[in-house]
Amino acid sequence: MTIEIRSAPHIKAPRSVPTIMRHVVWSLVPVCAFFVYQYGLSALASLLVVTASCLATERLFVRTGTQAGDIGDFSAVITGLLLALSLPPAFPLWMGAVAGFVAIALGKALTGGIGFNVFNPALVGRAFAQAAFPQAIATYSPSFLPGRFTEFVPSSLAWPLMQPADLMPWLKERQLDALAAATPLAKWKFEGVLAGAEELLTSLSGHMAVGPSPLLILLCGSYLAFRRFLDWRIPAAILGSAGLTAWLLFALSPERFPNPFFMLFSGGLILGAVYMATDMATSPVTPKGMWLYGALIGLLTVIIRYYSGLPEGVMYAILLANAATPLIEKVTQPTPFGKSALARLGQAKRGASYPLHPGYISREEAHAVTPKKRFLRNKPKPEERRKPEKSS
Amino acid sequence: MRLLSYFRGEAFQRGVHPPQCKLTARTKIRRLPFPPRVIVPLSQHIGKPPRPIVRVGEEVVRGQPIAKADDWLSVPHHAPVTGVVEFIGLRPGMRGPWVESIVIRAHPGATQEDLWGQPRDLSNASAQDLLQAIWDTGMVGLGGAAFPTHAKLTVPSQAKVHTLVVNGCECEPYLTCDHRVMVEQADDLVEGIRYAMRATGAQRAIVGIEDNKPDAADAIRAALARRGPLPEGEIHAELVPTKYPQGSEKMLIMALFGVEIPAGGLPVSLGMVVNNVGTLAALGQLLPRGRGLTERVVTITGPGVARPGDYIVPLGTPLRFILDYAGAPEAQAKEVILGGPMMGQAAASLDVPVTKGISGVVVLRGEDIALGADRKIYPCIKCAECVESCPMGLNPSMLGMLAAKREYDLMGEQYHLGECFECGCCSYVCPSNIPLVQQFRVAKQILREKAAAAKSS
Repeated sequence: MTIEIRSAPHIKAPRSVPTIMRHVVWSLVPVCAFFVYQYGLSALASLLVVTASCLATERLFVRTGTQAGDIGDFSAVITGLLLALSLPPAFPLWMGAVAGFVAIALGKALTGGIGFNVFNPALVGRAFAQAAFPQAIATYSPSFLPGRFTEFVPSSLAWPLMQPADLMPWLKERQLDALAAATPLAKWKFEGVLAGAEELLTSLSGHMAVGPSPLLILLCGSYLAFRRFLDWRIPAAILGSAGLTAWLLFALSPERFPNPFFMLFSGGLILGAVYMATDMATSPVTPKGMWLYGALIGLLTVIIRYYSGLPEGVMYAILLANAATPLIEKVTQPTPFGKSALARLGQAKRGASYPLHPGYISREEAHAVTPKKRFLRNKPKPEERRKPEKSS
Repeated sequence: MRLLSYFRGEAFQRGVHPPQCKLTARTKIRRLPFPPRVIVPLSQHIGKPPRPIVRVGEEVVRGQPIAKADDWLSVPHHAPVTGVVEFIGLRPGMRGPWVESIVIRAHPGATQEDLWGQPRDLSNASAQDLLQAIWDTGMVGLGGAAFPTHAKLTVPSQAKVHTLVVNGCECEPYLTCDHRVMVEQADDLVEGIRYAMRATGAQRAIVGIEDNKPDAADAIRAALARRGPLPEGEIHAELVPTKYPQGSEKMLIMALFGVEIPAGGLPVSLGMVVNNVGTLAALGQLLPRGRGLTERVVTITGPGVARPGDYIVPLGTPLRFILDYAGAPEAQAKEVILGGPMMGQAAASLDVPVTKGISGVVVLRGEDIALGADRKIYPCIKCAECVESCPMGLNPSMLGMLAAKREYDLMGEQYHLGECFECGCCSYVCPSNIPLVQQFRVAKQILREKAAAAKSS
């Protein structure tokens, strides 16, 4: 008979890396479904092509052995879905495929695969797309177009290595103005038009060019947070800090800056806060560090949005904070048990079942100085120990 | 600080909730028959092994001392069976290497009654005499650490102890021996607590019990009510929220009193001494009868055992005999754990005997293990689960990465490796299946060796 020798602990919690990733993918399904409902065939094709490109790239690098993990762990699916959700729905498909390749190749495989990436791979892909295809990424198609389930937006089907055709004539055909193809943030930044709450939250009214629904993302994110598949501190810190900064600026000059509600629910802030900034490998592991990391992202987002030439700042804010993560972790190491200020003072936490000292013992006695190593310094000599007490 | 822990009112921060699997919580303690041969390893506790005082071929009586304490931090051993000393030498030990042991062949015709001990009256004994009497029983911490009890109850001269904390948490999954001892031997436990209070000079004793065994608290309260007011002081039985690793003395004191024991310090620096319920119940039985420790209650359980239960096992009984009796088909048993599944040690061989510090024998089958250890090891994805579960507030994720790079000095100096008490929470939750605790054990061993080398040179 053979028995095996293993090291403790001999039991294991059921959660594993593929479980976590699979749950994140499931929670993204409603978000993707609504995205497809909003934008139709183009969005569906974009999601499929980008994800397939990510998976194929992952497969390639796992095969060649330059990357840890394998495609069964679902992490490349998350990258693909998030990248597609962050791109305009009618983004030319070949550009999406290139962005997906870059996301995995530069964002993940370059540094060694799952767990080793420094930057969120989806955002690396998007940053590349922003730099390489500035026009295509700024062209958003309006939502809820009639006939969106039967035909593609023409820009989707651009030939590989070709620029997509201009959307203007196509929009004119459908009696839509050029404004319909700009995101609320771009409209505010370049035209000074502020979108209302119901448009931002659900985008059900009119043909607004908003991204995936923030309400749905918050809902799916809270499911993940509740099951502890993502850390609630990071989205809370991001939204809190962005909201606070925006509110502060709004209070200073309401005519120059939009209200904090618009700040929080427009653009990709909710998607970034819930799904991208919480990417485990690129965010700090320490609780205090998570607060700091989130606060940094929120602050940077507002600054980039207000003061830069770009309408959107979430992507760069998260990438910058990713770069700062090792430093943040270093300065926010948790305090070990018994080294806190309370422990040094010998003070009790509130709400304990018993007082530390029984009432009939004076405090001076209870605080008697004790040596640290009681069995080495205080060891009684054997002859002393064996002697019976004389007093008794 | 998890999202819900604010509202739940948890006793200490972080920690984990493994499935409890207390299969034997309702079965009565039974007695295991005497095996044909017992193996008594000399080193069963922390400290120096005792010196054998019997020779090969000598007849011994159950309860007779067979090894003598050689040092302050050492305890005597007593013969677990009546029989003949067959062999003194190396036998398989629980950690793998063979250890110096005394093998006794049981006398088939003997009644195995403990005739050696003489009843005595300890009601007026001084603390010094009590400690000597405790030392003579060969008692060590029966909770698992096996620290000599007389040493634990000796209060250093500058310190003053006001509280005896009795540890009845038993937070390890599967184990129920302390639970059953509290329920069935509550009177002995109260007796033992009184001895310990007199030995330490404590004015109160608090039995900390996890709230998954309220019947144990009821049994102790009933025993106290039967006893009436005690001259030693007050004794309370207190329920604390169930969570692993509550049974660590630092966590239990945090749960009961809300204080952190300063890092590197002992409970005695806060005026407390912590003892296990099994230890004190055994003391309550042995001291008035003047006997030595020859048997202990062991939980024999796990999915691979046909008749799980809490058994009174003579010390030195080989695992093979126990598993035969409890019905563990050898083909099924894949891993035999001495102690609980979170901190216990896998037995290297079935010829290993039960020693004083073994509180449970858990037998896992192949399919139970396949759920855990056979899973693929991924790189650390920095999910922070380990940071959220480390009861000592360390950063196991960082420690694990440093261990992989063999940066042992950095681990010790900046990341508080020395505070880790190997509870296994981080390895338990790790979704990447990284053997963190194993890495830390290796790192600590290497740091200890380095420190020893630096000292000697």
